[in-house]
This record gives sequence, C-alpha cells and structure tokens, in this order.
Amino acid sequence: MLLEVDELCIEYLGAAPIRAVDQVSFSLEENAFLGIVGESGCGKSTLLFGIAQLLSPPAVIRSGSVRFMHQDLAGLDEARLRPMRWRNFSVVMQSAMSALNPVKTVSAQYTDVMRAHGERDRAAIRARSQEVLRLVGIDPVHLHSYPHQLSGGMRQRVMIAMALLFSPQLILMDEPTSALDVVAQRSLMVQIKELQRQLGFAVIFVTHDMSLVANFSDRLAVMYAGRFIELGGTRATFDRPLHPYTRGLLDAFPSISGPRKPLIGIGGYPPDLADLPTGCRFHPRCPVRIEGLCQLVEPESHLLGDSEVRCHLYTEEQSGVG
Amino acid sequence: MSDDAHSSSQGGDGGKETLLRVAGLTRHFRVGGVFGKTLHAVDDVDLDIGEAEIVALVGESGSGKSTVARLLARMYRPTKGAIWFAGRDISRISSRKDLLAYRGHVPMVFQDPFSSLNPVHTIGYVMRRGLRLHRPELSRSAQEAAAVEALESVGLVPGGASMSKFPHELSGGQRQRVGFAQAISWRPRLILADEPVSMLDVSLRIGVLNLMLGLREKGISLLYITHDIASARYVADRIVVMYAGHLVEIGPTEEVLHEPVHPYTRVLLSAVPDPRATTEIAAADIGEPPRVVEPGEGCRFRWRCPLVVDVCSKITPRLAVTSSGHVAACHVTTGAEPAIADVAPADDGHDT
Ligand SMILES: Nc1ncnc2c1ncn2[C@@H]1O[C@H](COP(=O)(O)OP(=O)(O)OP(=O)(O)O)[C@@H](O)[C@H]1O
Ligand SMILES: Nc1ncnc2c1ncn2[C@@H]1O[C@H](COP(=O)(O)OP(=O)(O)OP(=O)(O)O)[C@@H](O)[C@H]1O
Ligand code: SF4
Ligand code: SF4
Ligand SMILES: [Mg+2]
Ligand SMILES: [Mg+2]
Repeated sequence: MLLEVDELCIEYLGAAPIRAVDQVSFSLEENAFLGIVGESGCGKSTLLFGIAQLLSPPAVIRSGSVRFMHQDLAGLDEARLRPMRWRNFSVVMQSAMSALNPVKTVSAQYTDVMRAHGERDRAAIRARSQEVLRLVGIDPVHLHSYPHQLSGGMRQRVMIAMALLFSPQLILMDEPTSALDVVAQRSLMVQIKELQRQLGFAVIFVTHDMSLVANFSDRLAVMYAGRFIELGGTRATFDRPLHPYTRGLLDAFPSISGPRKPLIGIGGYPPDLADLPTGCRFHPRCPVRIEGLCQLVEPESHLLGDSEVRCHLYTEEQSGVG
Repeated sequence: MSDDAHSSSQGGDGGKETLLRVAGLTRHFRVGGVFGKTLHAVDDVDLDIGEAEIVALVGESGSGKSTVARLLARMYRPTKGAIWFAGRDISRISSRKDLLAYRGHVPMVFQDPFSSLNPVHTIGYVMRRGLRLHRPELSRSAQEAAAVEALESVGLVPGGASMSKFPHELSGGQRQRVGFAQAISWRPRLILADEPVSMLDVSLRIGVLNLMLGLREKGISLLYITHDIASARYVADRIVVMYAGHLVEIGPTEEVLHEPVHPYTRVLLSAVPDPRATTEIAAADIGEPPRVVEPGEGCRFRWRCPLVVDVCSKITPRLAVTSSGHVAACHVTTGAEPAIADVAPADDGHDT
C-alpha cells in the first residue's frame, strides 16, 4: 500500500473545538485515483492538509495515522518531511493565489523548488519548467510572469505544473480545475491520466464536479460533516448510490439539455461543525430517516459488497430499532 | 461597428433599458520580463447589460473575462474604449464620493476568495464596514440585521456565528459566499460576479443561483462569469462567449446553446460533460495556448479551428448577425448572410 490513513481525527482548537475530520480511514495503492466530494465546509481541505502535514495552529491531529511509503507522516518532523515534499508527494492547494509567492515569477518559484532538491543545472531547470508549463497548456512566455499577471485558471495550472516538476508517487489536488473552462479542464485531466499511466503515481482529487469524478476516478469518497459516509468504486456509486446524501448529490445536477426546470438541491444547510446534530449527522435533512433511530444513534460504517457506507438503512436489521 | 448595429443585434431584450454600455473596450498589458511584449487581454469589446438582466460571460481560461469585470469595476483603466453606467461615462467619475457610490452600485465578487478578504478582520467587521459606507441611511441595528440576512441567504447559517469568524477559519466555499453576501447587502444595481459559485457543491450552488434569480426579480442585473455552462443556462438571459480577448458570440441563452455558431462555442459546448453519461473521454483537444501576446491581425482561434480558411489569418472577424439571429465573429460560419449588409455599415471592413 502506498498510503494508509487510519482513523484520522483533526480538530481546530478553540473555545468550541471543531472536529473537521473525524475517524477517516482509507488506503490507496500505487496508480490509484481517488475522488473526494462533499459539501462546502465538510473538511476536505483539512483532510488533505492533514495527510500532507501542512496543518498549522489551531489545527491538530487528535489521533490516527497517515502511513505513506511505510512511515507515519504524522510522527515526522519538518526536517524529515522536507526532502519528501514535491519529490515523493506534492499538493495542489485550493487557493493557487495563497500557495504561490506573489513577489516571485513563475520561473523563480520553479527554480527554488528544483534547487531545494539538488538540481543545479540551469539549462535543465529551464527546460523542465517550460516542459511542465506546456503540459498544462500555458504559453512559456509566462515563466516571466508574476502570479497576479495570470488569470485564475492559469494560476491553477501553474500549480499543477509545479506538482509535476518531479515525478512524485502521490499527488494531492484540492479542486485544481475549478477555474478552468471545460475544454481546458478535459484536456488537462486527460494529460494527468496519461502521465499517471506512464509514471504510476497515485492521485487524491477533491472536487465539486461530479462529471470529472465520473470520468476519471476509480474510487469515490463522499464526505459529510467531517466523516466519510460512503466509499466505493466510482461506477458502482453512480449506478447505485447507497447513502441518501449521495443520492441527493447525484440528483441535484442541472443539465444543458432537456427542459429548464426549477432546481432545489438537497434542502437545508450544511451542519455547523461546532454544534453537530445528534445521531446521524445528516438526519435533519434526510428524506428517508428512520424516526426514533436516526436522531439518536450515529450509524457505524458498514461494508456492503465493495462499498463502505454509514447509514442505518443498511444496518437496521443488525442493530434493531429501539 | 456602429452603435445601432451593435445594440440591435446583440439579442438583448428590447423591453429592457440599458443599464451598462461598453464600446471598444480594450486592455493591454506588458509581459515577458526585459524583452517586454504586449499581451492583449481584452480587445475591442462592445457589450450592453440591461436593467434586471443576467448576462453570463463564458469562455476559455485566460480569455479576458476577469479583466473585463475589473475594467467595469474601475479597478483597471482601459487602454481604449468607454464604459457608460446609467448613461454616465464612468471614466469621468472623479470625486471620492461618486466613486464610492459607483462601487456600491456595481460591486465586484472576486474570483479568488482567498486573496480578496483581509485576514485581520472578522467577517462581521467587513460586512458592517461595507454597510456603513454604502447604506449609511440604515441604523446600526438595521445594518446588523442586513448583514445577517445577506449571510444567511447564501447559506452561511447561522449568520450571527459567521460574523465572528476570521477568513482563515472559513473553507474555500464559505469565503466565496462571504464575497457574494457582501455584494448583495449593498442593494446594488449590477453585480460583477466572477466565478461566484466555482467552489460550491451542487446543492449550495443551486441555492446561490436561485438567489440570483430572486435578485433579478428585484430589478438587479448581474454579469455572471462562469465555467459552468449548465448554471449559465439556468440563470442567464443572454450568453456572451469570449475567446482570446474577443467576444466571439452573443445571444439569448437557449439560442446560443442550441444553435451555436462560432466554432469555439461549438467546441466548448461539446465538451460540457453530463455527469451521468458513461461516454469515454475523447482524445484531448490540447490545442495551443491562445495566442494573445502580440497576436496581430486575424482570427485568434485559427490555430485550433477545424473550418479555417485563408482569410482567417488576414482579417480579424467582427461580430455579425448569424442566420439564427444572434451575433458571432467568424468569417465562415456566419457566412455572407444578407443580414450583415443590412446591419453593418458598408465601410466596416468585414470580409465578404
Ligand atoms: N483555522 C480554522 N479555525 C476554525 N475552524 C476552521 C479553520 N479552518 C477551517 N475551519 C472549519 O473547518 C471546516 C472544514 O474546513 P475545510 O476547509 O476543510 O472545508 P472544505 O471541505 O475544504 O470546504 P470547501 O469545499 O468549501 O473548500 C469548515 O467548517 C471551516 O469553517
Ligand atoms: N495585471 C496583469 N498583468 C499582466 N497580464 C495580465 C494581468 N491581468 C491579466 N493578465 C493577462 O490577461 C489575460 C486574461 O486574463 P483574465 O484574468 O482576464 O482571464 P480570465 O478569462 O478571467 O481567465 P480564467 O477563466 O482563467 O480566470 C491572461 O493572459 C493574463 O495573463
Ligand atoms: S442514518 Fe438515517 S438519517 Fe442518516 S442518512 Fe441513513 S437514513 Fe438518513
Ligand atoms: S474566422 Fe476562420 S478561424 Fe476564426 S472561427 Fe471562423 S472559420 Fe475558424
Ligand atoms: Mg476546501
Ligand atoms: Mg478569471
């Protein structure tokens, strides 16, 4: 296994501590592509930061482990992590603007990263920089541009290109294509898949775009209020979503063909992580909740075929009502 | 292009008064270090936005959409061209007071919510300050209520609790909604919304889209910049398609979606995914990065265009009426329709 996340819990400490990642477990093989979807604020970015050891106070890993290439990253100090960043695993953050240095050109930032990992040959650095930019569809003239001189989608692609400078074993991407038009998005994803096929790296991909997930990820995790509530093969989940939240998510999609009808979405709002509902965290919004059970008892994660799901609909028989 | 041709052919709703008018809007930047070159971010854009109209601006990444919005917000000065808001040339606005009033009438929601919120202030501080500037007539308690209401309308529930948070305590999608909440709390007339829902899951996204429809009911206009064509279809009266600094197609939403004319629009629409479809992804249309650095004369889509002909590299196509009635800028697909001769003046220099 390349990556094994076990019972990971991450909290933001404060007057009312917020557990943004709660008992998340999954594993990833070489060459795997895991998509993560979930509502705004459910903990996706926190999870990626937790895996990459990029959390900063007040965030802390409360418990659990992140085993990557046979060591627990959560126990390593920065001196041990630094040589692994970019080379063994790289992160494309949700905000390219806050990840890039505003006062350095793209070229200078790429050079810094490559020098930090021992590359001294200027020509090689320049050639590689141009190569990765072309890969993501950006005119290499922009090597001399500062981040503010790039459009939103160009900044995102500059970050993706940076994550590809070396050939890491694992790439974590947080909504890396949200600022790209569909044509550029598609061609970029095809490129990433092709590189993945050639180089064999694994990808964790956070997105709100279900069609990207459908077309590119092998496995899909659905997150709700800090927890994985469904984890399974992408195709299987699309064909037969188990959790009521997953079903709502798939039903909510507007379309560009067919009649234009009013859209309603899932209804209700994401729960406040500082003040979670009792029982199942989705129960206030769940159209099929089991009265007298879902409000009181939080469902455990259960294995159903190849999928894991956290919902009483699938555990009712075992746990019994009342 | 004459003003008459332009307003009568953009497919705008004839019943609506024009709120914003843009003519010949152009913005160039110097790029490329020492051997500086000129980057044509926006070239010769003509556009109208009506009262209570939602106009979706879609197009290639890097085609100049955010630059258009920043020009309209008066954050950038145009290299050429003019912008009139409610009949007034905005480049003439000079007093601090008038500029403040303009910003209140035409707020901008930024594409990157991570760099647009000041990290040292709480959300409540930001909301209150905006309301004090732009709605000074309200009492303190009414301002407080307006702030909470705006936050809750974008799903930041409970609004009161959101007010006490700092930007770094919010997720990407939460910050994005703060920007939108702030804009609507000012009771604006036109919101320049640059990818306001790009970080939202589908359910919250629908909430914000429905909110936009509600704003239109109240007479507010929106320039809605997006990559999500399905959402543009859901809210927009008209769609404007941009490619490499030019507007290449403009028309009523359903018409553009069902009868796209410009080859780029066709490529774009054919790439719109259906999350339920099991179709295999076709080999990537990697294309060239659009050439906007010293682009010269000619159609900027020609390196990727399947229909390219000789004239495309010689003459830049201008917007012209298409057979389906809206406008597009292409030598081949708009053809030498008689309509062009009716609409465009003879000295317009377009190709026939
Ligand atoms: N520094 C912080 N202090 C307190 N709470 C925080 C902090 N950072 C994030 N949070 C909270 O933790 C939760 C999870 O945030 P996270 O950024 O992981 O969400 P996300 O799933 O990535 O959402 P989005 O899709 O909107 O980016 C959110 O509800 C957020 O309000
Ligand atoms: N301040 C600036 N200095 C130099 N070049 C700039 C500046 N702002 C934008 N550009 C350039 O102008 C072009 C258009 O950028 P813009 O941000 O308007 O694109 P966009 O259509 O919003 O793209 P996206 O969908 O990726 O956000 C890009 O090539 C960009 O590099
Ligand atoms: S456990 Fe109950 S409330 Fe929760 S999703 Fe399942 S049915 Fe709905
Ligand atoms: S003008 Fe020519 S190159 Fe441009 S879109 Fe039309 S056919 Fe293609
Ligand atoms: Mg996030
Ligand atoms: Mg932009």
